[in-house]
Amino acid sequence: MAQDLVNTLADLKEQEAIKIVKDRLSAGEDPLKILGDARKGMEIVGKRFASSEYFIPDLVYSGEILKAVTEMVKPKLTKTTESKKLGKVVFGTVAGDIHDIGKDIVVFMLDVNGFEVHDLGVDIPAQKFVDKIKETGAPVVGLSGFLTLAFDSMKETVEAIKAAGLRDKVKVMIGGGQMSDEIKNYTGADAYGKDAMAGVSLAKKWIGAS
Amino acid sequence: MEKQWAEMSSDEKQEALFQRWMAPKDSQGKDLKFQSPQTEKAYKGNITRIKDAIQMKKLPDRVPVFLCPSFFPAYYAGITPQESMYDYDKCCMAFKKFILDFKPDGHLGAYVPGTGKALEILDYKLYSWPGHGVSPDVSYQANEGEYMKANEYDALIDDPSNFFSNIYLPRVFGALEGFKMLPTLTGILEMYGVALNFIPFGLPPVQAAYKAFFEAGTEALKWIGAIGAWNDEILAAGFPIIVAGFTKAPFDVIGDTLRGTKGVMLDMYRQPDKLLEALDRLTPLMIKMGIGAAQTSGHPLVFMPLHKGADGFLSDAQFKKFYWPTFRKVMMGLIAEGVVPMPAAEGRWTTRLEVIQDLPKGKTLWMIDQSDIAKAKKTLGKVACMYGNVPSDLLVVGTPQKVKDYVKNLINTCAKGGGFIVSNGAFFDQAKAENVHAVVDTTKEYGVYK
Repeated sequence: MAQDLVNTLADLKEQEAIKIVKDRLSAGEDPLKILGDARKGMEIVGKRFASSEYFIPDLVYSGEILKAVTEMVKPKLTKTTESKKLGKVVFGTVAGDIHDIGKDIVVFMLDVNGFEVHDLGVDIPAQKFVDKIKETGAPVVGLSGFLTLAFDSMKETVEAIKAAGLRDKVKVMIGGGQMSDEIKNYTGADAYGKDAMAGVSLAKKWIGAS
Repeated sequence: MEKQWAEMSSDEKQEALFQRWMAPKDSQGKDLKFQSPQTEKAYKGNITRIKDAIQMKKLPDRVPVFLCPSFFPAYYAGITPQESMYDYDKCCMAFKKFILDFKPDGHLGAYVPGTGKALEILDYKLYSWPGHGVSPDVSYQANEGEYMKANEYDALIDDPSNFFSNIYLPRVFGALEGFKMLPTLTGILEMYGVALNFIPFGLPPVQAAYKAFFEAGTEALKWIGAIGAWNDEILAAGFPIIVAGFTKAPFDVIGDTLRGTKGVMLDMYRQPDKLLEALDRLTPLMIKMGIGAAQTSGHPLVFMPLHKGADGFLSDAQFKKFYWPTFRKVMMGLIAEGVVPMPAAEGRWTTRLEVIQDLPKGKTLWMIDQSDIAKAKKTLGKVACMYGNVPSDLLVVGTPQKVKDYVKNLINTCAKGGGFIVSNGAFFDQAKAENVHAVVDTTKEYGVYK
């Protein structure tokens, strides 16, 4: 039955997945095991996205199924165990820009690939990135932006990280609508990621997990 | 005239609309007076060049060049986007300076900023605009949300007008909350229904909503007064406005501002039949909207901003099932009435090119952003004129030489045999002026057909 949940979730069969969880919960199974299987299903979703078998709607839908499963399991949880994470990443859409679709996809992919992502949200001032890096000690920072105004915000964010004396402690990636390698150079970031998978590869490389 | 129109073929209708564009009216409805015979010649020359590029029958005298900015003219003139949305004179000043300084063959007019005051009166929720949710010095931006709930497809399908007035407007405009109480007007079919059905119009929330409606209308009139005078002046100086109005692909109607990105994506799995039915229901409405825009403005090009069909946003199968059929139907409906649909393929559409080339030749005009342009030329480019592809990042951080090289390469790749217009690929805010000049100047110098 464990394999069933992994596969039904990976195959995006919402109703079936929910039924399996319901049955397993009423059979008194350890909720942590159920969550673990759901997690494995999500890893397969991530892999299928990486190989272009799945697209953004599939990610969004799998996220909804996972949310439903988590909500069912949560009340039964007595203890939480932290699964081992590859490393920490601070992520956000830079100041002036309120777009979140692209950012959310990369955060999602980092998460299913085992990173501990600290998602700051949208329209994030440079100082907030700095504060979060200090607080978490994350070695990887992701700056997202859709509009051309984000070029300068990203540049200012990288400069603020530098001014805080943290530049040699973190690697910075940028991504979103009008970003490119030219803009990477302009902002002083370390890399530009063309899509969510590129973001995951960069994080893995920098954290030494690839 | 009416009868004549009905008897025309779609080719003749397109030609008639081009002719109307060629002989423009001013904002008072009279024949536009050009500044001089030279500017009249320039105006007609620009339209002829654009028309030849679109129709793909005749080689234009040179590759045309468009500039399609978002708030760049405001920054360039030293005002904020906020000022351009609230001070119509300043807005007109900025956009005039932009047109006269850069001299593109075609441009979008001064419509982008719109009226901030009317949005305030209506308490608009769907967008954040400068000073309202985003800082005064940045562009307006959409607030993603489910402005139509998952269980409201039937309401939309059964009666779209009623859905928009009673459900959608109160949700999107805070000041129109009272419209929730509006009656369904079919109740007025009999005399005794009149009194009953007019009761809601006497209620304070409904009257307050209408008050906001009228105030916003007054403000919009004030705005169009300024913009209309601006149009007269800019047209008279020889610079045609390329867009008559807009319509949308039905999938984007639902995916952008009704169900939202996430909502529409989930509906493809959870209620695909309802989604398909709604797409069909919206199709004739979007055709009508586009034709109306072309007829009112008196020119054939109708803009279609495309969003959720881009690479990755749908699988190939989903694109073919949910996005393309009704999008194509809207375009074909417009084409039948002589309208030239102008879809803007924002972002990357490289994986869609094979599908979207299924169109009659010389009837559409596509804005291409970051799609593989060489591949686009070999597919879509066989049947449709394309414009765009000069990247925003290049305009911001590039040099005039780099822009020049890019534009030359673009012309070499795409302009052979006609059917291509140089332009920026995405609506831009920030840019170096010298780079924008390089786009126009390189095209005018290097794009001449010999």
